Amino acid sequence: MGELLRYREDERHEEPAVTLDAFLGQTNATAVRLESDEDARALIPHLGQLALVEVSFPKFRDGRGFSAARILREAGFTGELRAQGDVLVDQIPLMRRCGFDAFAPEAAIDLDALERALGRYDDVYQKAADARTPVWRRRHG
Amino acid sequence: MKLVTGNDLESGDVVWWTGDGWSRHVADAVDAGHAGESIAATEEAARRVNSPYVIDATATADGPRPAHIKDRIRAAGPTVRPDLGVRPADANRGEWVI
Amino acid sequence: MYKYDEYDQAIVDARVGEFRDQVNRRISGEMSEDQFKPLRLMNGLYLQLHAYMLRVAVPYGTMDARQMHMLATIARKYDKGYGHFTTRQNIQYNWIKLDQAPDILAELATVEMHAIQTSGNCIRNISSDQFAGAAADEVEDPRPWAELLRQWSTFHPEFSYLPRKFKIAVIGAEEDRAAVKLHDIGLQLYRNDAGEVGFRLFAGGGMGRTPMIAPVIREWLPKGDLLSYVESCLRVYNRYGRRDNMYKARIKILVHEIGAAEYARQVEEEWAHVKTLGLDPPASEFERIAGYFAPPAYDADLPDTVDRTDPDFTLWIDQNVSAHKQPGYAVVTISLKPAEGIPGDASADQIDLMADLADKYGHDELRVTHAQNIVLPHVRKRDLHTIWQALEGAGLATPNLDLISDIIACPGLDYCSLANARSIPLAQKIAGRFADLDRQRDVGELKLKISGCINACGHHHAGHIGILGVDRKGEENYQLSFGGSAAEDTSLAKIIGPGFNEDGVVDAVEKAVETYRGLRTEGERFLDTYRRVGLAPFKEAIYG
Repeated sequence: MGELLRYREDERHEEPAVTLDAFLGQTNATAVRLESDEDARALIPHLGQLALVEVSFPKFRDGRGFSAARILREAGFTGELRAQGDVLVDQIPLMRRCGFDAFAPEAAIDLDALERALGRYDDVYQKAADARTPVWRRRHG
Repeated sequence: MKLVTGNDLESGDVVWWTGDGWSRHVADAVDAGHAGESIAATEEAARRVNSPYVIDATATADGPRPAHIKDRIRAAGPTVRPDLGVRPADANRGEWVI
Repeated sequence: MYKYDEYDQAIVDARVGEFRDQVNRRISGEMSEDQFKPLRLMNGLYLQLHAYMLRVAVPYGTMDARQMHMLATIARKYDKGYGHFTTRQNIQYNWIKLDQAPDILAELATVEMHAIQTSGNCIRNISSDQFAGAAADEVEDPRPWAELLRQWSTFHPEFSYLPRKFKIAVIGAEEDRAAVKLHDIGLQLYRNDAGEVGFRLFAGGGMGRTPMIAPVIREWLPKGDLLSYVESCLRVYNRYGRRDNMYKARIKILVHEIGAAEYARQVEEEWAHVKTLGLDPPASEFERIAGYFAPPAYDADLPDTVDRTDPDFTLWIDQNVSAHKQPGYAVVTISLKPAEGIPGDASADQIDLMADLADKYGHDELRVTHAQNIVLPHVRKRDLHTIWQALEGAGLATPNLDLISDIIACPGLDYCSLANARSIPLAQKIAGRFADLDRQRDVGELKLKISGCINACGHHHAGHIGILGVDRKGEENYQLSFGGSAAEDTSLAKIIGPGFNEDGVVDAVEKAVETYRGLRTEGERFLDTYRRVGLAPFKEAIYG
């Protein structure tokens, strides 16, 4: 198990995440875990009460969580969005762009490689869920 | 007989297990017998040869001949470019493959 | 054509550094092959039978002479002196060493080229019409849109781990030279009754194991909404495309399983939200890109006729030269299908020569076609003879465009680790059987396409005659099918019966061609006759 990497200022949320089914049944939980085949949109009515959404990556090839993250951010979720599971160092920059701000990788991450990867590109081509300005906007002021 | 083969990590070259290492020439390959899978697993873990696997082959006077055409092509090079094969000077290589 | 600005250049340069870092981590043993594979694939680096293979992107098939020269340099310096142009308008090198791959990318970056997303489960290189900007039947040049899509799809954060690869093609003409309905998304620019130009969007086409023709998902898409709409299409696919079985993971299976209408409904629902996010660049960005695709500075008052006294030259003109929208100009297709050659292969010297011709006579432009040939899109008719002589001297003037020897063939079992049978030797034997050019010309347009496995890189489903190589108890065996088309009359070829060995399939093709010659009516191509009379007479001739 790798250590938890967080790109947030707030305190780490300690309440364990419940499953989506459990969450939708008992609505006082503040942390929920979304499996890769579950619909992130089910959480949209409840975003205000959530401090943490943990999105599962059972295999690094399973990219559904990238869409789940964007959907949650586009819906206004500002809590911790954590990618958990088979999360590889080279995926983290893309996950950051989709709105993830915490990572719980199953295997330890080479932190030097991660730092290099995160600083690699000064510019991006498309608008996403992060604050980065796409080059088309830079080009046209 | 059983051979162990894979591709060298850095060069990508087809390589054959010789008993104590890897050779680019199938003629150097040895019968791995029942040890094939464990050799492949050990070598995979060593991360110097990509995806080593065990194949069937026949022992001939010219050395081992892989049972499947794919591995014979791997051993000899593309049939359509004999000049680029592992043994470009060998005029009979095409017949050996087919 | 498009030129990088400092942003594009910085991104491609950074990519070189990123891949070098990844390669170093692999060579040091920090990464396993399992972990490295998706990373190298995202950069077009495969491990094939004999070596690594690097696929270099040629965005929408367009290059200038400087870029083409670089392809020759790479062939010489890092490979064995040749390259292979592919059915996705790219080029691949067959003999690459892992530790040299980052150096190759660094060299490519100096001429605004890369290998980004030429493989992997991501949005691949955008393909387009090889006659774009030159064709008389064009509504609008599709390449600015292809470039806009290229930038949007590059390192797309949400769509880099899709269920499966994703191929997009864009055309701007009625005649379909890019097989749009056989792509994951096909886009066709057309003019509506009100005189506006917009897109018709197809989704869910493809070849492979389960070939499908893409249905129309949106009949009219305003141009300015392109990116947000395509983003919505991809999001629905990323969320709901199958991930349980790699053979059912392409978007065509999703569209087929839920139906085109339901897929379209989901996309529209997604788009209602996505289009509010401000993902579409302003019109000024499109105009900036389109400015690079302005027509070249054509010479006025050029002669529009060609001296036809040299019979060999005339033959080539009639077969390989197409109409250009500008009087005095023509489009040249250079055949990479010489007798006994390897379809799509070109030596470094040949690549240099084609680059020189583009530089000297072709307004500095070249195109790669999905049929694995090279196009000089803007050539003065008065220069045609000089060009032909130069091509002739380099073995590049085979006058066989769209004839039976202009075969599409994948690399097959000679190179490819996925292949079950060899494609190239079969292509050579069929071309050899029809070596007599008069006979080929008498047979007329006949698109023969060969794939060495079910993945269909050789487009056999879309061949007038398609051949699929299979492994039958360790022996190469070939299934023959008829009736496919990748053009605007898209259709899928049907298997005609039991397979053949290599010589058997050559004989069967010959019998089919002779059957056609006996049955055809005036002006009918093989495909037309087959569609009119059906399979029975062909089957009788072949198996009877």
